Amino acid sequence: MLDKIWKIFSSVKTAVILFSFIALSSIIGTVIEQNLDPEKNIVLFKKIFGEELAPQVFKISYSLGFMDMYHSWWFLTLLFLFCSNLVICSIDRLPGIYRIASEPVKPLDPDSFGKFSIRKEIKLKGDYDNIKYSVISLMKKLGFRPETLDAAYGCQLFAQKQAYSRYGVYMTHLSVIIILVGAVIGILFGFDGYLSLPEGTESNVAYARKDSSGHPLGFTVRCDDFSIQFYGTSDKPSEYMSWLTVLKDGKEVLKKAIEVNDPLRYEGYTFYQSSYGPVPDSEGILIFRVKPKDGAVDDVGLRVGDAFEIEGAGLKGHITDFSPALAFDKDGQPYTYTEMMNNPAVYIEFTEDGQEKYSGWVAKRYPQTWLLPEGHIVELVDNWGKQYTGLQVRKDPGVWVVYFGCFMITVGLYATFFMSHKKIWALIRMEKGQITVNFTANTNKNKVAFERNIYKAIESLEKI
Amino acid sequence: MGNSDFFGLATIGYIIAMMAYIAYLIFRNNSIGVAATVITTAGFISQTIAFILRWVESYEMGIGRAPLTNLYESLVFFVWCLILGYLIIEFKYKNRSFGAFITPIAGVALGFIDLTGLSKEIEPLVPALQSNWLLAHVTMSFIAYSAFGLSFASAMMYLVLKTDKRNESAYIFWTIAGGVFAIILIAMGLDFIKFKILAHSTEELIRNHLFKATLRSSSGAVTAVSWIASLFLIFVTWRYGHVLKKIIESFDLTTDLLDELTYKTIAMGFPIFTLGGLIFGAIWADQAWGVYWSWDPKETWSLITWFFYAFYLHARLMRGWKGIKVAIVAVIGFIAVIFTYLGVNLFLSGLHSYGSL
Repeated sequence: MLDKIWKIFSSVKTAVILFSFIALSSIIGTVIEQNLDPEKNIVLFKKIFGEELAPQVFKISYSLGFMDMYHSWWFLTLLFLFCSNLVICSIDRLPGIYRIASEPVKPLDPDSFGKFSIRKEIKLKGDYDNIKYSVISLMKKLGFRPETLDAAYGCQLFAQKQAYSRYGVYMTHLSVIIILVGAVIGILFGFDGYLSLPEGTESNVAYARKDSSGHPLGFTVRCDDFSIQFYGTSDKPSEYMSWLTVLKDGKEVLKKAIEVNDPLRYEGYTFYQSSYGPVPDSEGILIFRVKPKDGAVDDVGLRVGDAFEIEGAGLKGHITDFSPALAFDKDGQPYTYTEMMNNPAVYIEFTEDGQEKYSGWVAKRYPQTWLLPEGHIVELVDNWGKQYTGLQVRKDPGVWVVYFGCFMITVGLYATFFMSHKKIWALIRMEKGQITVNFTANTNKNKVAFERNIYKAIESLEKI
Repeated sequence: MGNSDFFGLATIGYIIAMMAYIAYLIFRNNSIGVAATVITTAGFISQTIAFILRWVESYEMGIGRAPLTNLYESLVFFVWCLILGYLIIEFKYKNRSFGAFITPIAGVALGFIDLTGLSKEIEPLVPALQSNWLLAHVTMSFIAYSAFGLSFASAMMYLVLKTDKRNESAYIFWTIAGGVFAIILIAMGLDFIKFKILAHSTEELIRNHLFKATLRSSSGAVTAVSWIASLFLIFVTWRYGHVLKKIIESFDLTTDLLDELTYKTIAMGFPIFTLGGLIFGAIWADQAWGVYWSWDPKETWSLITWFFYAFYLHARLMRGWKGIKVAIVAVIGFIAVIFTYLGVNLFLSGLHSYGSL
């Protein structure tokens, strides 16, 4: 019974069947968008199956887990079976490979030098010892360390190299398993969640992606600031940045400005910059840099409704309105083009001695709006507390196992495809005053290249 | 001269080279062959200059990045790798007949750029792409894709040479595969003519007009005629497939050489794809998105492609499958590559965007 199961699992047929199932279901999984609003997939099903069939098909595929297929029990079972197949196949074939790889190379019977297709006979004149020495150095140049067998006819030199490359396949297979083990560790002991922090706030919990339940971190993260940079005057973002501070037991332990591709790591948790947005109904603080024409620069923090004075100019500005993203249309009319803080702007009414003087918009990304007619500059530097940064919070103790597997698979594949188990023999005989050298060699892969290298080396020997 | 001028020269060069290689196949005249090689090499050098210039220009624009970041640039780089790979093979095996199969792939890829109206602007990078992994991940993926492209060409030629009976399943396979390939190209060409040239549509061609001129036309009659014409084209390929065989037979390509070439290019591409495509991609995804694997369509299709080639290698090395069976796997493998590369970007998201209408 056990034998039978073993046989089934070690057969390539099983591998092919499992492989086809995994490939086919993966394809289905790419067509049905995963973890989506059911509505959207029903629309997709209606396109494929028609109005009438769609609800039924959806119900069936929903109960089979096609909406979150890669985590469904049957897909994981398929992966598990595939792994078992891989392990059993490898174990099944390992003893044979072990024998071949660990066997020391033996001298050949002089008659069987014609057995392998790589072979060459050359005749040389000269001193026997000299020739033997140059054959040894030829083999060393090819990367072999030959052993010598002296015999009545002369001697035989033989060697092998890269026998271990036979294990490359096993290393590759083993690393696939290691990668999957790493993935399982991640699923079992990891945490995948998110945290939205408005500027200036902190939190000691993150929220699970699955069910939004709170997950205590064991430390506190504070968002000091969030900023978004754009390419030139376009609305193409060039950089999202969050300035984060980690607090442990009330003390600041780590400060880092994170951006996409550069997360913050602390105590096994990693915080990725993943989204951002405006905080609704938040007042926030507007930070201005005011530079009177003949005065010193001064930074002030204000809110909508506040007023400020321009030192020595007798001008007073009243902030009356705010726009998260201001633009001017063809006719120069201002309008707000998105609720995101793409170009924050404030409307300021200036008065002189209580008399209304002029008013207008000052926008963060439009320097031309900062300049007042008298030459004073009112720059909107930042709006603080009006945005939140969306962080992805993840803990994955399995990730290093996965990376180790990736490293191993690279080595394994290199050994499998670019290395080969090579053997070489040389027979040196003295006959009628001249010396005959017979070469023969064998390899399990990349024969053509090996053959060329040997013939080239032999040619250079003949020239001596 | 800017990068687009040199690139234009390269495109013209490849198209002339394609015709020269085909002429070489038909007339077997050696000087035509030499001319084809010279033109291809000149095109290649011109494209290399274009690549470097584009890189330099991006710095002058203050963006400063390797030109490998969007569909247009990746297609161009794919062509570059493919031609380089081909020139190496031509030099090593001293055989030009392969060129008639490779230069059309290059031509189709370049034609595809104009056909789809892909943006050729040097555009700044979104934050997720600003990473040192970009260069390694993209170049290695495309070197692998090109190696797979070469294996596809040699496997197809192998199938053409190895089959002769019309009821043989391998013969049917390659005639259908070749026929469908031709139909898709013709249908896309007609879309291009109808919507871009005649109607001046500014909408994105693939998303909005794919096959609308023919197979998915709003007029029932046109649709029916298109389908019949397609079936007829496949029939013609099937009926007269032996003509192609005669042509290929007239070069000094042995089936053993083609079989070996298919294996070698896959054995070359597979480890590079594993490391550069899957592993570097996973590490980068981990850096940028916080997950090394998220089963998104692109990742999944890369894995499917990887499975196909893993299957090819096992079938050949373990089972000792030689010849026709593995050649078919190699052809299917490259179809998966095309889908991973283009299909996922163009159709799958397209499918979902239709779904959300």
